[in-house]
Amino acid sequence: MRENKTMGIIFSNMHDSMLGALTEVRTTGSVPFGARYRFIDFVLSSMVNSDIQDIGIITKSNYRSLMDHVGAGRDWDLARKRGGLVLLPPFASSAGNGIYRGRLEALAGASGYIRYNDAKYVLLCDCDIIANVDLRDLINTHIRSGAQITMMYNRQEVHRENLRDTTVLFCDPETMDITDIQVRPDISGTQNVYMDTILIEKQLLERLINEGKSHDSYSLIRHAIQPALGKLDIKGYEFKGYAAKISGLKSYLAANMDLLRQEVREELFPKERPVYTKVRDQVPVKYGLSAKVSNSLIADGCIINGTVENSIIFRGVKVGKGTVLKNCIVMQNTYVGENTHLEYVITDKDVLIKDARTLIGCDTYPTYIPKGSSI
Amino acid sequence: MFCKKEWIAMLLAGGQGSRLYTLTRNLAKPAVPFGGKYRIIDFPLSNCVNSGIDTVGVLTQYQPLVLNEYIGNGQPWDLDRSNGGVFVLPPYQKSSGSDWYTGTANAIYQNINFIERYDPEYVLVLSGDHIYKMDYEKMLAYHKEKGADCTIAVLQVPMEEASRFGIMNTYPDGTIYEFEEKPAHPKSNLASMGIYIFSWDKMREYLIRDEQDPSSQKDFGKNVLPAMLADGQKMVAYPFEGYWKDVGTIDSLWEANMDLLDPNVPLDLYDDSWKIYSRNPVMPPHYIAQGAKVENSMVTEGCNIEGDIDFSILFSGVTVEAGAVVHDSIIMPNTVIKKGAVIEYAIVAENCVIGEGAVIGQRPEEVPDRDNWGVTVVGTGVNIGNGAVIPPKSMIDKDIEGVR
Repeated sequence: MRENKTMGIIFSNMHDSMLGALTEVRTTGSVPFGARYRFIDFVLSSMVNSDIQDIGIITKSNYRSLMDHVGAGRDWDLARKRGGLVLLPPFASSAGNGIYRGRLEALAGASGYIRYNDAKYVLLCDCDIIANVDLRDLINTHIRSGAQITMMYNRQEVHRENLRDTTVLFCDPETMDITDIQVRPDISGTQNVYMDTILIEKQLLERLINEGKSHDSYSLIRHAIQPALGKLDIKGYEFKGYAAKISGLKSYLAANMDLLRQEVREELFPKERPVYTKVRDQVPVKYGLSAKVSNSLIADGCIINGTVENSIIFRGVKVGKGTVLKNCIVMQNTYVGENTHLEYVITDKDVLIKDARTLIGCDTYPTYIPKGSSI
Repeated sequence: MFCKKEWIAMLLAGGQGSRLYTLTRNLAKPAVPFGGKYRIIDFPLSNCVNSGIDTVGVLTQYQPLVLNEYIGNGQPWDLDRSNGGVFVLPPYQKSSGSDWYTGTANAIYQNINFIERYDPEYVLVLSGDHIYKMDYEKMLAYHKEKGADCTIAVLQVPMEEASRFGIMNTYPDGTIYEFEEKPAHPKSNLASMGIYIFSWDKMREYLIRDEQDPSSQKDFGKNVLPAMLADGQKMVAYPFEGYWKDVGTIDSLWEANMDLLDPNVPLDLYDDSWKIYSRNPVMPPHYIAQGAKVENSMVTEGCNIEGDIDFSILFSGVTVEAGAVVHDSIIMPNTVIKKGAVIEYAIVAENCVIGEGAVIGQRPEEVPDRDNWGVTVVGTGVNIGNGAVIPPKSMIDKDIEGVR
């Protein structure tokens, strides 16, 4: 048994309501991102690269795409006899139908999985943050500080439209003690925005889960952590690297476009901490005679014969001759015909856009085309 | 306890590939990178799994490290199985002594024990140096239909090139009556592709007999097949139609890569029903910067392109800095091409650094002496200094200092 072992729990369905159409047919965790990834790849890879090898994924609904994506966890080196990846679907029992209302209730459904693990710490994460985090530093800081709970945040501007999905931590800069936690606060400016990442001693977590059960309370932050401020030793940990929180189509577009900046790519995809994803055995991209590509991120399996600018192109996309794509996100297996013009368009998977179509959205309001549509 | 298999494949991957010179200095020919994200061996291995073969022995001998590591447990090809799967079979020591594989037939002979574990009816023999897509199951059906003891896949080659190949002369029903190795005056244009299906009992008999013949070179083409034919065993030619290329030389390796860019070449890698599988590097999608120019080329994951790419194949993790030009070339994984370098008609192997303003290779039309023109090759891990000029047809396997 390893000393100070940490296990991971990922909530794949939190924030589904924020992402609207993107999560119509899938979980937050399985939303496609960055030409070849899904949201969950970032947190899963951060965990794997930080020696966390026992990972449970809590699901709620529409998780077929997630199961298809993670499979047995082999692409993350998590297909193991000891530990590895476990999917934790809703657990129905005499106490309830398994459809949880919050993280605390969801954890109650997974308490068996947590109980039988020999880890000392549990790391709880959501999937809505795009970041490549060296979690070993968080864990080591937690151990050194002697805190019972450590919550990770980053400094960022709070925008009005995202408030519904924002939690702000108030932290003593000397001791890093958290003095207040505000969910959906009525504030603006640069704040310590909670990254939905929390490290907690396993025994303490089990106690909080049991207290939650007996009080029929379901929210981890509102019902377990907030009341414990001042009673438990709860500290903050600042993540200083690149992190993008996705809370709607606008921030989804912006975070994708961030990948066109070299410094962002260097932070998200460092050689020593790669981001793993499902392998699809795609062919390299073929650029035709009339291809013109500029400032774009393109995944394997595409055939590009048109013009592509400032865009993110997922695996297996075909772009016909004379077509112009600007500031677009084109997801897997989308087919764009000839002489078509698209700007600020997000096409979901398997979309067919025929010849000579024109669709123009706006940076603050991109046009979204649902999965499998034909235009 | 092993389950009986109807057929298994034996893949000959021990060849040095000496005509690839510096490219095979540290790795066996089947492990040479090909087509942007593959290695040559991906083609026969993928053909096997796509044809329903789940047990493959890979016979290795020359520089096996890269190949062993690449094949691993066979997972990328779905060959990580409890019953069968892929096995790397190097020569080994026996109580009677130890032997290298002295020929293709001897390599299989030394692994008769491996084959017998699966008690197969048929054994497919493949080589690891060809690029093609083929359904071996159809060939097996042909073998059964003809009631053959040995079936040899053949390709129609242009008559004027036939004297470069092993030629099969057949009756109209496909039965072979004569072999001619590189005949000066070929009677037919059916060239052997080096793909054989044997009925195992016959194969076993002839392997043992060949081993006892001290004058034999222990080679399928030179010894075993002629011996079977001389004894009147039923040998048939299976006609294959489609793309097939031996990539044993620098020129043919360069051409076969370039064929992938030619829409008229019938090798479709994008066909999902017959995928070519490979071990995938874990890298982000490739990025093409503003000001870059990429046409008629294949580019794969992990590349970062700021320069001008035309008629070229870039493997994973290649960096091409601004102002650099890559035309009609093949750049293997993780090579960095610095600002202003010009690469034309070249193969640059893995992990090289091409310095600023260096010039590698030249277009044939710019060379006065066309007979001495050829594709330039830069070997694995070589650093070419800033401003260095490497003439066409060079073979570079040591670092070249820059020009001040």
